[in-house]
Amino acid sequence: MFDWLFVAPAERRLLASSGRRAPTPWVIAIMTFSIMLIAATGLALANTAGVLSRAIESRYALEVPGGGANLNALVGAVRSSPGVTSAEAVSESQMRQTLKKWLGPEADSAELPVPALIHFDADAGADLTAIQGRAQAIASGARIVAHRDSVSPLLHSLTLLQAVAFGLVLLLSAAAAAAVVLAARGSLDTHRFTIEVMHGIGATDIQVAHLFQRKIAIDAFIGSITGGVAAALVLALLAGGAAFVGELTGGASLGLKDIVVLALLPFALTGLATWVARAAVLKALREAL
Amino acid sequence: MAAVAEFDSVGLRYGTGAEVLRDLDFRLRTGSFYFLTGASGAGKTSLLKLLYLAQRPTRGRIKLFGEELSEAPREALPPFRRRIGVVFQDFRLIRHLSAFDNVALPLRVSGAKDEDVEGPVREMLAWVGLADRASARPPTLSGGEQQRVAIARAVINRPELLVADEPTGNVDAEMASRLMGLFTALNRLGTTVVVATHDVGLISATAGAQLIRLENGTLVDPTGSLRNPPRPPKRRA
Repeated sequence: MFDWLFVAPAERRLLASSGRRAPTPWVIAIMTFSIMLIAATGLALANTAGVLSRAIESRYALEVPGGGANLNALVGAVRSSPGVTSAEAVSESQMRQTLKKWLGPEADSAELPVPALIHFDADAGADLTAIQGRAQAIASGARIVAHRDSVSPLLHSLTLLQAVAFGLVLLLSAAAAAAVVLAARGSLDTHRFTIEVMHGIGATDIQVAHLFQRKIAIDAFIGSITGGVAAALVLALLAGGAAFVGELTGGASLGLKDIVVLALLPFALTGLATWVARAAVLKALREAL
Repeated sequence: MAAVAEFDSVGLRYGTGAEVLRDLDFRLRTGSFYFLTGASGAGKTSLLKLLYLAQRPTRGRIKLFGEELSEAPREALPPFRRRIGVVFQDFRLIRHLSAFDNVALPLRVSGAKDEDVEGPVREMLAWVGLADRASARPPTLSGGEQQRVAIARAVINRPELLVADEPTGNVDAEMASRLMGLFTALNRLGTTVVVATHDVGLISATAGAQLIRLENGTLVDPTGSLRNPPRPPKRRA
């Protein structure tokens, strides 16, 4: 299956080299570098969305307008409701402290209506209407807001970004394949005379295609490994920052499975380039007698 | 009677131009020696291209080695091309390969291993007087030396049909005689030889050879011997 990779030196000499490699490895290196970074971004976004989604799936907030004078009673009512696994109060003063970061001293203004909040986790089967009813018996304006409703636009954007990343990976792969087709055609033009002579003495299209396939496979391998190593270095440099972002988003980062996928990408690109080169060369040769 | 090639109402035109070959009807008997003559532009090189399967006829049928190949799929052609040796007028040597690698090419294309290539190629290079030029590349060889490398490449595989376009055009009289001796020897071993040439001396010096004459793309064969070739005289072993 891979015998075309291991040809005798005499056959290798058939496609003369000027000593300088064509730009193909560089083009493929740049493509691989870009594809790996985009793929890593897409995978990290997917993980972030997953972590975020899981974290807020069962998380709710009980908003208590007017600061919630009976905050402790409300926390007790929520915590003792069936299906609630934990509840934590955020008092009005804590809220104002947080708002100060954005509003400054204005956050202490009595004219600014700041609600108190009670964050709680509830099982999937918990009766939220009953919980809200119990809360409203203590503070009439209390209402429950699901975190997933608040974060839904963000999750939607993350999903969209993943799709964009996937699309870019496909587009760049197609661009790499197109570059390989151009390189194969250029190489065929350069070696047209040799091909004519080989055909004249009875070489088959497959024999000729193997020569080009091997040359482009080597170029693609050199390029994709170079681009892959460069991308790995950049990803390693970004790892510190990614860990920080990961902490913010609840620990989302690249897992072992993601790293394996990324490590396989250069080899997949080499395979794609080799297959495309073979198809392009065979198609061009069919146009000869 | 076995024929290595049979042309039946063959015509050839390039693109939309006029026909360069018209109504060719002839048979080349296996094991015979033919000279192809005619003025420049008569169609000799085009006829040779049809013979060595570099061109398809635009009409008519061509049989080679008993197989109809005019419309054969291109995948079917390489095995037939391996049975044909060709000496091109412009040599068609691969410039970046040594004389040795150029001569070895047909053997390697046929799948010969390196150890089976070395001996025959060295022997053939010695025969054409280029034993000491085996590692030289074509641009460093004289025209005559290049022609001898081209001839060595054409005959290394012991072809059943040898087609040569002006094979002695660039060599001196002594080398021309020697090369014709090689062609004659191959012919005695059963190879059908077709040599396109203007050299009358060469034709007259080759006993038993038949003449194919082209004029303006048509065959001049007043005796009809090409259409119905006579039985060849018995050769001495």
